[in-house]
Amino acid sequence: MAELKLMKGNEALAEAAIRAGVDAYFGYPITPQSEVIEYLMAERPEKRTGMVVLQAESEVAAINMVYGAASTGKKVMTSSSSPGISLKQEGISYMAGAELPAVIVNVVRGGPGLGTIQPSQADYFQSVKGGGHGDYKLYVLAPASVQEMSDFVADAFDIAFKYRTPVLILSDGLIGQMMEKVVLRDQVERITDEDLIKTHGSWATTGKTNRNRNIVTSLDLQSEKMEARVHRLQKKYKQMELEDLRYEKIDCDDAEYLIVAYGSSARISQKAVEIARKKGIKVGLLRPLTLFPFPKKQLFELADQVKGILSVELNSGQMVEDVQLSVEHKVPVEHFGRTGGIIHTPEEVLDALEQKIITHGHFRNHKTRESSIL
Amino acid sequence: MSEEIIIAGFGGQGVLSMGKILAYSGIMQDQEVSWMPSYGPEMRGGTANVTVILSDERISSPYLKVYDTAIILNQQSMDKFENTVKPDGILLYDPNGITHHPTRKDIKIYQIEGAKLAAEMDNKKIFNMIVLGAFLKIKPIVKLENVIKGLKKSLSERYHHLIPLNKEAIDTGMKHLKKFNIEKHIIHN
Repeated sequence: MAELKLMKGNEALAEAAIRAGVDAYFGYPITPQSEVIEYLMAERPEKRTGMVVLQAESEVAAINMVYGAASTGKKVMTSSSSPGISLKQEGISYMAGAELPAVIVNVVRGGPGLGTIQPSQADYFQSVKGGGHGDYKLYVLAPASVQEMSDFVADAFDIAFKYRTPVLILSDGLIGQMMEKVVLRDQVERITDEDLIKTHGSWATTGKTNRNRNIVTSLDLQSEKMEARVHRLQKKYKQMELEDLRYEKIDCDDAEYLIVAYGSSARISQKAVEIARKKGIKVGLLRPLTLFPFPKKQLFELADQVKGILSVELNSGQMVEDVQLSVEHKVPVEHFGRTGGIIHTPEEVLDALEQKIITHGHFRNHKTRESSIL
Repeated sequence: MSEEIIIAGFGGQGVLSMGKILAYSGIMQDQEVSWMPSYGPEMRGGTANVTVILSDERISSPYLKVYDTAIILNQQSMDKFENTVKPDGILLYDPNGITHHPTRKDIKIYQIEGAKLAAEMDNKKIFNMIVLGAFLKIKPIVKLENVIKGLKKSLSERYHHLIPLNKEAIDTGMKHLKKFNIEKHIIHN
């Protein structure tokens, strides 16, 4: 039975974790995501499903608990906010290398450093370009509503187990702190070791019986073997691009200009699109639901239709680079975004579109072509 | 129908919970809702505000620059939000502690003496429900029965015996709403 509730994004995510049959959550509090661990502790999930919830002594400890529990084939997750996620990067890299499924949630705040506790999207680069050391990527989901904070938990675990890879849910302070109506999914039972082996094969350290040893490690001192591992990872990332790309097109059919935005910025930009259309400006919105894989092909195709593209992000210009790579100089691509925890208003987004793309579009287009000839 | 509201005052006045009750009431009549608080250092002893949107359609931005209605409960919030009311929009405020009254001529301005009335009812905690009542008198965007249903949803059961008191507070707010005339500084009942 689907249940309708009014919840904060962080709470909806925590409730979804229990309902998705997650075996363990290890975390450490930090604003603006502390409601996740607070909610989990208050709900006593050990009584509801047997799920373990533990506040570790630090973020580093929490991610290594995730590493350990994930090695046993359990559904494990952690969450934090930007400075805490930086601390977790070593563990995330190890899990990517050791090919372990896990879900990591980043409710982003402004940075760098301790920064601010207000919403931001300044961790885009860290999220989609690896984050820790080594040649790896994460599958990155970007929720833009409380409903998606809830839905993406189970979706993230599906991907994590399909590819045996860490998955990142990249949220931010706005989506984490706001309340909206949410339809909660039904309770899923926690899977047993037998179910895991039946569905995903025997790779975890489930207790050796009549089989060879399963070794979970990211270490391969033989270069040939290590290269094979890297190739295996890259093959997964290619497959993700083919099979598990997610995006949403809003008002794109007749669009002359395009905004690309994810998460909270997508919500704000959608309002900018509404205001623009009332003024007679035909703007569309492309909202990536996954930041890796990125809707490259869709952008490449839309670039034939629109006169210019504005990438709207709560940072100084990060996703804009991927947009530029995708459209291959076909049209001008600009960035707009506030930083430091300040949230841009829909009106500011529309002003930026008018000034950077609509007014100066032709001039810049000309310049871009000139520089590409040079 | 869509209504974009900012509620702003001191932390502790019940600003966030008033927003939450409005949002729940919207859900009770099958509307889309969003509740976006200011959070963080602002809340500790300083100002608190929340943006609440009720709409028949999917809500795009939960964060706004201009509002249909501003409910203002202290001077700092008046300074910050008077100019964010859309032309022809509503500004409802409690004059308690207000030294600079609103001056805009292109909006409709109302007063509710919430703090005073709450003191007279001998319960400071129902202040926000008095203000909510005043707002619903101006704009009955949610039915009273849905507010009560929303209260039942948002309050834990051990507080359900307080629902009649909350209803009384809403009625009080509705009864004592006053229109404010900026030119003559006259308050009409």
